[in-house]
Amino acid sequence: MLEIEIDGTKLTVPNGTTVIEAARSIGTHIPHFCYHKKLSIAANCRMCLVQVEKAPKPLPACATPVNDGMKVFTHSDMAVKAQQGVMEFLLINHPLDCPICDQGGECQLQDLAVGYGGSNSRYEEEKRVVPNKDLGPLISTDMTRCIHCTRCVRFTEEVAGMQEIGMAGRGEHSEIMSFIGMTVDSEISGNVIDLCPVGALTSKPFRYTARTWELSRRKSVSPHDGLGANLIVQVKSDRVMRVLPLENEAINECWIADRDRFAYEALNSEQRLTKPMLKQGGQWIETDWQSALEYVGNGLKSISREYGAESIAVVGTPHSTLEELFLLNKLSSALGAGAASFAGRYADARLTKAQQGATWLGLAIGDVAQSKAVVVVGSTIRKEQPLLAQRLRQAVKRGLNLSIINPMDDELFTKLSGKLIVRPDQMVEAVAAVVKAAAEHKQQTVPAEVADVVVSDDARSIAKQLVAAAASEGGRATVLLGNLAAHNPRAAEIAALANQLAAVTGATLGWMSEAANTVGAQVLGMEAGNALVKPRKAVLLFNTEVEFDSHDAQVALATVKQAEMVVAFSAFKHAGVEYADVLLPITPFSETAGSFVNMEGKLQTFNGVVKPLGDSRPGWKVLRVLGNLLGLEGFDFDNAEAVRKAALPQGEVGIAAKLNNAVNGVVVTLQPAGAGLVRLGEVPIYQGDALVRRAPSLQKTRDAAAPMVSLSAATAKQASVAAGDKVQVKQGDAQAQFTVAIDAGLAEGVVRLPVAHPKTVMLGAMFAPIQLTRA
Amino acid sequence: MTVYVKGVVFDGVDFDDPNSWNIDAYIQRGGYAALKKIIAEGITQDTIIAELKTSSLRGRGGAGFPTGLKWSFMPRSFPGQKYLVCNTDEGEPGTFKDLDIIVNNPHALIEGMIIGGYAMGITVGYNYIHGEVFAAYERFEAALEEARRAGFLGDNILGSDFCFQLHGHHGYGAYICGEETALLESLEGKKGQPRFKPPFPASYGLYGKPTTINNTETFASVPYIIREGGQKFLELGKPNNGGTKLFSVSGHVNRPGNFEVPLGLPFSELLEMAGGMRGGKKIKAVIPGGSSAPVLPGHIMMETTMDYDAIAKAGSMLGSGAVIVMDETVCMVKALRRLSYFYFEESCGQCTPCREGTGWLYRVVDRIERGLGRPEDLDLLESVGKNIAGRTICALGDAAVMPVQGMLKHFRAEFLHHIEHKKCIVPGY
Amino acid sequence: MSDLNSGLSPDSLAQIDREVAKYPAEQKRSAVMSALRIAQVEKGWLSADTIKLVADYLGIAPMAAHEVATFYNMYDRSPVGKYKLTVCTNLPCALSGGAEAGEYLQKKLGIHYNETTADGKFTLKEGECMGACGYAPVLLVNNHTMCNHMTPDAIDRKLAEFN
Repeated sequence: MLEIEIDGTKLTVPNGTTVIEAARSIGTHIPHFCYHKKLSIAANCRMCLVQVEKAPKPLPACATPVNDGMKVFTHSDMAVKAQQGVMEFLLINHPLDCPICDQGGECQLQDLAVGYGGSNSRYEEEKRVVPNKDLGPLISTDMTRCIHCTRCVRFTEEVAGMQEIGMAGRGEHSEIMSFIGMTVDSEISGNVIDLCPVGALTSKPFRYTARTWELSRRKSVSPHDGLGANLIVQVKSDRVMRVLPLENEAINECWIADRDRFAYEALNSEQRLTKPMLKQGGQWIETDWQSALEYVGNGLKSISREYGAESIAVVGTPHSTLEELFLLNKLSSALGAGAASFAGRYADARLTKAQQGATWLGLAIGDVAQSKAVVVVGSTIRKEQPLLAQRLRQAVKRGLNLSIINPMDDELFTKLSGKLIVRPDQMVEAVAAVVKAAAEHKQQTVPAEVADVVVSDDARSIAKQLVAAAASEGGRATVLLGNLAAHNPRAAEIAALANQLAAVTGATLGWMSEAANTVGAQVLGMEAGNALVKPRKAVLLFNTEVEFDSHDAQVALATVKQAEMVVAFSAFKHAGVEYADVLLPITPFSETAGSFVNMEGKLQTFNGVVKPLGDSRPGWKVLRVLGNLLGLEGFDFDNAEAVRKAALPQGEVGIAAKLNNAVNGVVVTLQPAGAGLVRLGEVPIYQGDALVRRAPSLQKTRDAAAPMVSLSAATAKQASVAAGDKVQVKQGDAQAQFTVAIDAGLAEGVVRLPVAHPKTVMLGAMFAPIQLTRA
Repeated sequence: MTVYVKGVVFDGVDFDDPNSWNIDAYIQRGGYAALKKIIAEGITQDTIIAELKTSSLRGRGGAGFPTGLKWSFMPRSFPGQKYLVCNTDEGEPGTFKDLDIIVNNPHALIEGMIIGGYAMGITVGYNYIHGEVFAAYERFEAALEEARRAGFLGDNILGSDFCFQLHGHHGYGAYICGEETALLESLEGKKGQPRFKPPFPASYGLYGKPTTINNTETFASVPYIIREGGQKFLELGKPNNGGTKLFSVSGHVNRPGNFEVPLGLPFSELLEMAGGMRGGKKIKAVIPGGSSAPVLPGHIMMETTMDYDAIAKAGSMLGSGAVIVMDETVCMVKALRRLSYFYFEESCGQCTPCREGTGWLYRVVDRIERGLGRPEDLDLLESVGKNIAGRTICALGDAAVMPVQGMLKHFRAEFLHHIEHKKCIVPGY
Repeated sequence: MSDLNSGLSPDSLAQIDREVAKYPAEQKRSAVMSALRIAQVEKGWLSADTIKLVADYLGIAPMAAHEVATFYNMYDRSPVGKYKLTVCTNLPCALSGGAEAGEYLQKKLGIHYNETTADGKFTLKEGECMGACGYAPVLLVNNHTMCNHMTPDAIDRKLAEFN
């Protein structure tokens, strides 16, 4: 510990603390622009110059480590003169037209200029003008305002992992830009908007739509991935105008992913469903809630009477709130239809049966990065879990050994210590190889079901890393399963082997939950899987678009098309217009109170930030009325909190009791790789849920580009196709045409073609055999 | 042209012989004897550093830091990789000594670096060479190849356990890379933007490893010191200003060139060696240590000796030893305008005071030169200068300010005349 | 000038490999300055495509290479004439005829600084200190060849060599 005195106040700080951090700890604010606690120190803005006893020159507080006995003066004549001098330099080439700047009112330069700037300028030369840059659909530029703090540059390089933004040129001609012709494509790019202390980088979708002082700020929770990023939703006139991160070091730190930030555009979409609608004689007519719900109630009763309650399927998604899913599940049970289902992309029914509880991360989010070795099994992790991927990237810099077992070798912008890249139908065998290697390494009996697997050097090295990390002092090893494992047709076997791997190596096993409430849905006892794989008479679709949210879009579509009654509870008009009989407008997360249970089992509640749009109503209210209308017991709730209480009588304790990643009774049967081509059909980052699909700016990003057929060079050669060729793709009877791209990170025989996209819904299952012919 | 009087750096070099640079010629004039002696006699690292301290050799790049002391800072027992770096990024206006060293006596530098590597327990070195003198880079690479073939460089040098690899790295047009941390950044393949210090290169240098950086002339002086002894070197100069120094004399003299002379030589003698004032004109001013050093009036210089202490006492700096001589025909406003433009052009743009301030200085001086100056402009220049100096990451900010301050100190009347009469006091150069 | 979209020649790549070998294996980025120089010699100037080729070859972000290509002023980010002539006009050179040499060249070639003659033969640049002040006036031809004592007569002779 070191002693320091700041403006007369004595304090002790740990070794390595900088002056700016020490000052912050006692509430002394030292003005700064380039310094940011999550970024490397640049010391380039010079705004934080302070006087340090015995130093002849003022020193930058951000880069000056505390020495024992140091005396710092942040407001002395020397310090203030230095700060004023820097402010003058920052302003000589900065436009002084704050009223027309989008950052006006929330600009650090503007705020500090009030305190340190002069009232008039001594600079009478022409001001610098810098051309704007095209950084893509999310970030707007006004580069003349840039003060060259390089926060954005450091963010892309250090946090996002790839230097997409740089400072080109030299001296006064330096300009912040992306590489010529390239946009900023990181899935967490929007954070540079928050980092920019001036109006140089601003939100493109938000630009000039509101002033900061017109906005009210409300807390919320991201409804997208399983992390549960904390949000500040900014609202004007009952309309969500902007979403910013709410800092929560334990969950999202100070960042949010681009989908957390920009998906709000969907909330104000033209596609919002605002009136209950009934299809009569093939025509959709708007109606009132009473009529619509009575229609649904009567329909359910008669179908139940005629065909039995088991002919009714109740389908939800893990993007809905706990309160909604609780009542949905309750309704399903009360109707006699059993548990409602919630994860339509799961395809292995054995997994649901074998699970011993709600699968979860297995540890706290922050603890993942404390591991010394992590193996990610089956995940496009940057796209599935952008912020968790970011945490792992930082941990790798601190010495974490990160390995992957994946059906593709995507750029993760971090150093990998090992990788097994296999066909999707060989994921089980790949994990089995690491299990066998680990058992051999620990000189334990090799489990019989993996005894025949061939162990590669890579598998051996991954196993050794896990064992070493788990055995190291205070060490931790973690095996993380992702969506590509969960959606795999042999998911149960992957899970069983992952459990074995954790047991043998001493690692912790975790699931990186697909969606905001995947854990919550399981805690409620909902059925993970797709209920639409067999014919049904009545289908209730809650916040579900079957063609995007199912393992096999065509099977699910066939089911809803043959059903006698399909009821779609939805915030949007969607393809249900084709197959549904009733459309019931429920609100998105922003217009209802509710809660999500994130991947670490944390319950996060939130209130609606704006009023329900039109006649739409929170899902839990709609279900309450429907339950009552059907004469079912226990549907009387006054508010969402009451629903939550019923759903979780013991609160978080009740959640914790149900978290369990063990699986029982799964028989692992090693199989040879399939002979033909196999599809690798992941869900694209901006197709995962109803909101991102309808956020126009996200849909303009490179990540949302039209799907292509990606093949390794060898596979392309075998198929006699080349990059840019058109190919006809066939799954069963379904076919469609795509353009070929070469992806060197794919195993031989793999045809990578995403699902959950309008351009691919006519095809079949995610990881099924596929054929390819030159078009 | 290069003239040496008491040779250290150019000991025995025959400037008329085009092959005098090569390894055979170097060995013939006693080259690599120091290295052989070290290896053969197993001279210790401590002994070498002590010898350097005795010699009172001070860094020839401009800062004048005692070399022996610098070498002693290197954590010799540090277990990981360490680096030795030579700074041949010579771009300070007026300086052209390193060019002559590399072209005419590259092996003295190479031998000096090998000895440095030995003394500090370093196995890898780089020499960063100014991009504009590409022939010097090629000459250095050729000399390295000779040294490797002769067994002076590489693994198990002269049959010992000592290994040292040395490579050339060229710049490509950025004055700032002469600043040692900018040079390291550039060597790492980045923009040459100086690092904030601390940490200093001795603990966090190239690739984050402990690194010692010296100037070309400094390294090239080392073989002589080891061969002849530190005391002999010291006696060539005067106390605290040991040895000889290369002075690059440019401007209005009859024989511009490099002159290797003992430190402490009267300026008047140096001027005479450079052939005296061109056209017999009167001396007006001298910048005695490269463009970043404050200008001194000619009459002050004529009373001064050429060593670190005397020049400092006269109000300037010996710096890199670049002596820019100006005669009575020079307009000081125009001269300053060109220098200010240089610093504006060469500012790396990283930190605010330098990026914004150097352009401001230049524009005000330019305005005065164009007859658009205002009476308050001189105060403005001084004020802007004060806001730059001492507040930047590296010394380029100070370097940009010093010429302004020096000019205003000694030639204020000339600037005032410009402002008042909108024209120069002398006909331009 | 070779096709901008094509890769670098085997000879250029071999030269780059030699530079890469100077640095630790995980520090290939150190070779970017040499690699850009080698690419510029081959292609005449550094287009965005060429910069990206170099970046990809060294395994660094294109922006990282672009920063370097725009920071150091001997890299040409737009096409230049067959002979790029750079005159130093800094103070020490100016005192010994550097500025006059620049003016003489402008008159002789009929172009200003940063311009290229209509026949695409000459580009004239004003340079900063080249570290050769004792040889003023100095002229740098195509970045790598330094010509000393470039009085008007010497300039005439030099230009005649190029014609």
